[in-house]
Amino acid sequence: MSIGILGKKVGMTQIFNDKGQVVPVTVVLAGPCTVIQKKTGASDGYNALQVGFDVKRESLVNKPLKGHFAKANVSPVRFIREMRLDNVDDYQVGQEIKADVFSTGDKVDVVGTSKGKGFAGGIKRHGFHRGPMKHGSKYHRRPGSLGAKGPARVFKGRLLPGRLGGVRVTVQNLEVVRVDAERNLLLIKGAVPGPKKALIMIKPSVKAK
Amino acid sequence: MDLIKMIEDEQLKKDIPNFQPGDTVRVHVKVVEGNRERIQVFEGVVIKRKGGGLKENFTVRRVTYGVGVERTFPLHSPRVDKIEIVRRGVVRRAKLYYLRELSGKAARIREKR
Repeated sequence: MSIGILGKKVGMTQIFNDKGQVVPVTVVLAGPCTVIQKKTGASDGYNALQVGFDVKRESLVNKPLKGHFAKANVSPVRFIREMRLDNVDDYQVGQEIKADVFSTGDKVDVVGTSKGKGFAGGIKRHGFHRGPMKHGSKYHRRPGSLGAKGPARVFKGRLLPGRLGGVRVTVQNLEVVRVDAERNLLLIKGAVPGPKKALIMIKPSVKAK
Repeated sequence: MDLIKMIEDEQLKKDIPNFQPGDTVRVHVKVVEGNRERIQVFEGVVIKRKGGGLKENFTVRRVTYGVGVERTFPLHSPRVDKIEIVRRGVVRRAKLYYLRELSGKAARIREKR
């Protein structure tokens, strides 16, 4: 498995592909990321790279992290994430990872935090059907029966209203439409979880052959 | 620096003539047949322009053999080779959907002079 990259969602637009078709794309400001730490089987029991993204001021870093960055001799970053790899020997600490790790046509999985919707009802949260809004109906958006009378309790896993969104979401098998390594841009076909300016992780697709 | 705008601006065409709903235009469309590319002309009345920037579309209506045909093109599509204005019409609204109910003499549009 090759390496992924961290990025920021910029927004959505459309582009024309070489056939002249309109393709909806999400623009992602991807990288440059720096390798902060290498984890190997010998040192940590598994192979992974710790990468950072979005450089921030020295004054915003707390002491423990300052030491961590100093050890790798890299500038402080806002986001640190780990990526599992089969082989980390190709990468050095301090090395930069840019958007050109992907090329046009690659399939990727995108991980992000979905937009929080707050406390949502059953219709929005689970796709329940609605009751009639008119003709004397007083039953509009309620969840309906919670089960039989017999067990005298509600079974676990019953779908009910509650918090919706704001959780980690992975969208699989999206296509990279364009790569612009100079401006650190990735154009990914379709939508990506989260609001604009949100941190997202782009990894090679687990479903790609 | 607005990255979305930068990406969209790169794809905008600069040579689009200033046409409006009511105008009669000839749209030269690139058509791919097998591995050969040729240009097809679609002539008719512009009944609407919709959207803005890169996402702008326009719809052209013509009546052939008594059947109304409408085609919508993305204005900045590379498939749209050229837009020629044949005739400028005088209309009083932006969306000429009323033309769909009219035929023959009633569907004429006064020419601008």
